[in-house]
Parts: sequence; structure tokens; C-alpha cells
Amino acid sequence: MATTNRPDAPDRDALLRMFEIQQKIKTADERFRAMLTSGQVQLIYYSPRGQECISAGYAVHLRPDDYVVTIYRGLHDHIAKGVPMRELWAEFLGRGTGTCKGKGGPMHVTHPASGLMVTTGIVGAGIPIANGFGLAAQLSGTDQVTVVNFGDGASNIGAFHEGLNMAAVWKLPVIFVCQNNLYGEHTPMAMSTGVEYISERAASYGMPGVTVNGNDPVAMWKVAGEAVARARAGEGPTLIEARTYRFWGHLMGDAMEYMPKEERKAAMAADPLPAFRAWLLENGHANESQLAEIEDKIKALVDDAVDFAMNSPEPPMDELYTDVYEEIIK
Amino acid sequence: MTTTEPRIMPMGMAINEAMDVALGLDEKVFLLGEDIAEPSGGVYKITKGLSTKYGTERVRKTPISEAAIIGAAVGAAIAGYKPVAEIMIMDFIGVCLDQITNHAAKIRYMSGGQTTVPMVIRTSAGAGRGFGAQHSELLEAFAVHSPGMKVVIPSNPADAKGLLISSIFDADPVLFVEPMLMYWDPAYAGEVPAGDYRVPLGKANTVVEGKDVSLISYGRQVHTCKQAAEALAAEGISAEVIDLRSIVPCDEAAVMASVTKTKRAVVVHEAVTRCGFGAELSSRIHEELFGTLAAPVQRVGGKNIPIPYASNLEKAFLPQVGDVVAAVKRTNK
Ligand SMILES: Cc1ncc(C[n+]2csc(CCOP(=O)(O)OP(=O)(O)O)c2C)c(N)n1
Ligand SMILES: [Mg+2]
Repeated sequence: MATTNRPDAPDRDALLRMFEIQQKIKTADERFRAMLTSGQVQLIYYSPRGQECISAGYAVHLRPDDYVVTIYRGLHDHIAKGVPMRELWAEFLGRGTGTCKGKGGPMHVTHPASGLMVTTGIVGAGIPIANGFGLAAQLSGTDQVTVVNFGDGASNIGAFHEGLNMAAVWKLPVIFVCQNNLYGEHTPMAMSTGVEYISERAASYGMPGVTVNGNDPVAMWKVAGEAVARARAGEGPTLIEARTYRFWGHLMGDAMEYMPKEERKAAMAADPLPAFRAWLLENGHANESQLAEIEDKIKALVDDAVDFAMNSPEPPMDELYTDVYEEIIK
Repeated sequence: MTTTEPRIMPMGMAINEAMDVALGLDEKVFLLGEDIAEPSGGVYKITKGLSTKYGTERVRKTPISEAAIIGAAVGAAIAGYKPVAEIMIMDFIGVCLDQITNHAAKIRYMSGGQTTVPMVIRTSAGAGRGFGAQHSELLEAFAVHSPGMKVVIPSNPADAKGLLISSIFDADPVLFVEPMLMYWDPAYAGEVPAGDYRVPLGKANTVVEGKDVSLISYGRQVHTCKQAAEALAAEGISAEVIDLRSIVPCDEAAVMASVTKTKRAVVVHEAVTRCGFGAELSSRIHEELFGTLAAPVQRVGGKNIPIPYASNLEKAFLPQVGDVVAAVKRTNK
């Protein structure tokens, strides 16, 4: 990020909220990876590290009653939308105290109280569902908006095309956030995608599309703010392509042979969060002790969540047949 | 005392009336699907008049996008609506299978009960109209195999109305399969109660009482069973005909009670026999009543082939009265 101050930057409160969200994501992610590497826990983990600026950039525009839909790589979105850290950790670790009583897991985190409505493990499938949330808001006459997150790879599946077309035709209050980390599993975007910019696809559905540097918190904040405002005003959907990079490959344990070493090194050297931190300090938006205080608070929050999750019991066996239907049908 | 004319109507009209009642009762109910609004009112005219009465917001035409239709219904249902999505013909359901099996069916469980998906997927199905292999098939077995989904297949106009209203107000996603041949054929018309008439899911109906064999079916094949029962009666065999109405939930208590009495059972459906619901039900009867059975449970279903076009072959695909009678004879050896 540039070291100069920027006239287009949000106010200090929003900047610090974005910083706090990103720091939470980074701290939680680092702890998950440490616990996985040390063998303390075992789970399939899709690290969002490197992409946290995107979630923070849209989340500060949202109200608790706005909806977010995300994917298996969703920890950053969960945290940004305010899913409580304890229950989130407990769900990741399959505990009965998790958001979903341990029955969903990391790929299916749900917390309607925070507006985190669906996490899906099926590429692209959240897009049509997000339209349903948008439609519900439109029919109810509320000004709630829905943000649906997905990857670059997801822009090649049918659900994306059906979903964006329907959203445009119905002018739904939905913001489509394509977190373009340049890879779908082990395949670089250029080998799977016929356009240079995924945002170009918006034109074919008749909605605005914009590509933004998803690692630039100010730019991301601005673009997301415009899309949210448009949706709230009943002016319809937007496709945002936020360019970013995933530091740890597709999932933990990925050998990452398909990612050029230099490319990854450069991306990690340009880590958006330390850059944002430095910029906040240099431009007088915060001083060192303020940021350190936020960081300490978050470390304590994550410590507490880890303790809570690790000391929580597995779900009781009598949960096996509940929540399939309203009544028990075997 | 005033007497009123009996309300005799075809199934298509009864289904229309069910949606009319539900739309009138609850603002959260809305319909979405291809071509369902006026002036066409749906390719089978099942939603005729509804968009005029309730507006195109609540009776909304969609693009030809099955995954987007079901996805929108799933999201709206989670957000508190009661969507009724129409998939024009059941064979198209493969296009949106992910939204049904991975989302509608699993979301209550995956969320630990925090979010629920009270929606209905209406679809029409059935062979016998010369539409060939891709517009004729009964595919209910996949949904039975997807815990979280309920599956309803009515056999007559009154049940169609009563079961559909119950399905719309059910707390869980329901696949509602409408036997297409019965929509407007006066031969299948029947009396339909007025107003908010409901038939509960999971309650079988004993259509014909008998003591020698139980014919267990649902949908249009209930009529095949009734005709078989008449043919058997002429030979001195008393057949009981049970209409399951819904197969998830399935009224196993009624099935087991009937088979305990008759000691013989034939399960009849239109879907291909192999891995059809009949295999499941037959297995359940054997598990519960093996010692009491006088003969192994028999299955009668569609032949294990893609549905042929030529009318002689198409007819041969479908279960016939003679097939049911022959199956009963196999239990009597
Ligand atoms: C329908 C479907 N096909 C394939 C997969 C397997 N899969 C999981 S993630 C993934 C890559 C998706 O890439 P992208 O959309 O760019 O998201 P990212 O993982 O990069 O965040 C694939 C192919 C899946 N989960 N769902
Ligand atoms: Mg990607």
C-alpha cells in the first residue's frame, strides 16, 4: 500500500474496524495452522490468509441484519461478519458447543444471529441461494443486502451464470464478491477462464462489474461501499472481482508445486496486513500503542476461544437424528 | 338446510386451488417457475389465474435456470418465506440436483437446526404421453435417498389439494410429484373439499379393504392397483389397496398392520423397478415381518429401461393391471 495518505480513505473508525477484523483473521488463522502443524488438532483447513482485506472491506459496510454467504474457504468471512470466536472455533473442532452443534463443521458454518447464513462446500452453489436472500429482502421491502463470496474458479460453473442473470433480471440487492486468488485448486485462472478479468462477465448479465485490488483496504472499502449503497437503494446487484492471493495453497498440506515459488514469495512479501498497519501509523490514523492494544485484545480473544473449544465436549450422541427434519423421521 | 353441488374437479384444478388457498392464507407463500404467470398460467395451466389474483411478485416467472430457481427458493425459505418452486418436468431435476440434495435437504442438519428450508418443489411426471425418455420419468427415489427431503406423490384430486397445502406449510423441504396424466383427465376427477383442506403427510389411506394380499402404491399406480383388486376379486382373491400418499415420511405402521393381516404384499410404482422405492419398502417388510409372511414380497414397477417413444413400447414400460395380478399370483404359489 502507498505510504501517502489518501483522500478517498474512510474515517478512522472504519479504518480501525477493518484493521481489527483483519488482525482477528490473521491471528485465528495462524493459530489453526500452528495447531494443525503440531498435531494438536486434525481437520481439513482451507486457509484464507492473504485474502482477509476483502472480507474486512465489505463487512464494515454491513449491518448485523445483512446477509453473508460464503464457501469452504470462509474463516475470514465468518469472522468479518461477526460470528462469535468461541462458537466458531468449537464448530471447526467439531464440538457440541459450536455454532452448528458440531454437525456442520468448517465448510458449513452458519450463524444467522450474525447474518452468516450459509457456508457451502459446493463450488458456486451459494450464488443462487444468495439470490433467495435478496429476493426475501426485496419482497419484504427491507433494505437488507446480501454479500455472496466465491472464488475465481466458481465463475466458470453454471450456478454463477444462472445466478447473476437472475439477480440482474430481478434487480436483487446482492453483491457478488469474487475473491480472485488466481487459482482454483491446482489450476491457474488463465488455464480455466476465457476472460482476463472476471468482472467483464458482468456486462453480459447487465450489471456493473468492477475489478479491484483486494489487498488494498481503502480501494476494497470504496468499491464495496458503492455496491452496498446501490443494493440498499434498490438499484440492483454488482459483481466485484477482488484480486488477491492465497498464501497457503488450496488447503493445508498442499505441496503447492503448481504455484511458482517467486510468485508466492512476492505475494507474501507484500502481505496486505502489515502494510496496512504501517500505513495507519505513518498517516497518523493510529499510534503504536493503540494498534498493539487491539492486537493484544485479539490474542486474548483467540486464546480464550481455543481454550473454550478444546475443553468443550463432542456433540452428545442423541443429536445424531435431530435436525434432519422438524420431527424425528428415521 | 342447504345442499351444495359436490365439487368434482380434475387434479390440475385441485392443485391450483391448493396454491390459491395457501397464497391467500399467508403472505410469505410465493410461487416461482418457468412460464407460471399469466397469460399462459404454466405449460399445464396449473397456475392459471394466480398471477392475476396475487401479482407477478408472488407468482413470478423465472429465466430457464433450474439451479437458480431452486437456489432462490432455498435462500428465501431460510429467510422466512414459504416458496413453492415449479420444475416443469421431473426429468429436468438433474439440472438442480445440487441445490436439492446438498442444500435444501442438508441445511437444517448442517446448521444444527439454526436455519430451516420450508419450501416445496412441485414437479410433473409420468409416462404414457409419448414424450419419450427425457420428459416422462418418475425420479422420486433420489429424494428418498436424501435425508432432509420429504416426498409426496398424490393419487387423486382431494389428496393433491390437501397434501399440497400441508406441504407448503410444512417446516421442511418437500418434493411434490404430480402425476401429469392425471392433471386434466376427467377419468381421474374427484370431489375436492373447499377452503383450507389439509391431508397430513405420513398418513396412508386404505383405498380398498381386503384380507388376502396388500397392494401398496402411490400416485397414479394406485389406480392400477384398484383395477387389479377388482380383477382379483372376480377370482375370489381379496386384495387390500394402500395408498401411501407420501413416501417420506412413510406410514410404515399402516403397511405393517396391513401385511400382518394379509401375509402377502406387492409394492407397485411407476418408477423403474431397480433401486426404486419398492426395493426399500419390500426390504423393510421383510425385516419386520419375515416370519409372518406367506410368500416373499413382490415388486411391480417400470421396466429397467429408458422410457421408449413408440406407444406399444411405452405401454410395455409401464406397470399394467396384468403385471400386478401376476405378481399377486406369485405370492400365492
Ligand atoms: C461443484 C464442485 N466441483 C468441484 C469441487 C472441488 N473443489 C473444491 S474447491 C475447488 C476450487 C475452487 O476454486 P475457486 O472457486 O477459485 O475458490 P478458492 O478455493 O480458490 O477460494 C474445487 C475444484 C467442489 N467442491 N464443488
Ligand atoms: Mg481461487
